[in-house]
Amino acid sequence: MAQVKRPLSPHLQVYRWGAHMAVSIINRMTGVALAVGTILLAWWLVAIATGYEYFNTIQGYADSILGRLVLFGLTYALMQHLAGGIRHLFMDTGKMYDLKSNTLSAKLTFVFAIVTTLAIWFAAYKVMGRL
Amino acid sequence: MTDFNTPLSKVRGLGSAKDGTHHWWVQRVTAVANIPLVLFMVISFVGNAGKGHADWVSWLQQPVVAVLTILFVLNVTYHMRLGLQVVIEDYVHSHGLKVVSLILITFACVLIAALSVFSVLRIAFGG
Repeated sequence: MAQVKRPLSPHLQVYRWGAHMAVSIINRMTGVALAVGTILLAWWLVAIATGYEYFNTIQGYADSILGRLVLFGLTYALMQHLAGGIRHLFMDTGKMYDLKSNTLSAKLTFVFAIVTTLAIWFAAYKVMGRL
Repeated sequence: MTDFNTPLSKVRGLGSAKDGTHHWWVQRVTAVANIPLVLFMVISFVGNAGKGHADWVSWLQQPVVAVLTILFVLNVTYHMRLGLQVVIEDYVHSHGLKVVSLILITFACVLIAALSVFSVLRIAFGG
């Protein structure tokens, strides 16, 4: 049987990056990061249930530079996944499929995530009296 | 084009994977539920930022807080089980490894949920 030369779909790397592509893959990556985050949440709840001393050990980890970096990253991941997820819910109703609103809403998820992440950390530092 | 679907299978609409739109739909339902629950968790973490062990215990002993935290954990672990399943199905192509990975993430999600719920209950009931 003769080989039929069918046209191939171009692979990922030939496309020019756009906000809609970025928000799509970042929604998946932040989702996976947040899955790791739930392990930390469970660990933290176990620590509270275990008692005062163990909780303080965990609190020490969380308060370290690395700990705060991880928590800051997880805050951003949560806010980005939240915004990206809400955008998906709108798209599920058939909205925002035209190029303009699709790109705009994709960009807005990044704005939302960055602004809310900074606001959350500002508020947390205010509550801790470190500002 | 020849249509091989029986009228019954069209009416059922379950497709070749036999569960139709169930996965997609439950992912949306848990996503919607996540919005207020995440909001509650963020407010709870910011409001109690830097607090010590005793403060967190009395915070989690409030019935509303305990229930919402448990709901958050259950909803999030379910949502994440569904999401991780799609990621594995997209990137793990060997059938055996795929099945093993799916079982492992299911176990992991249930374990995370169980540890969290048990801890909240233990704190709430003052054990």
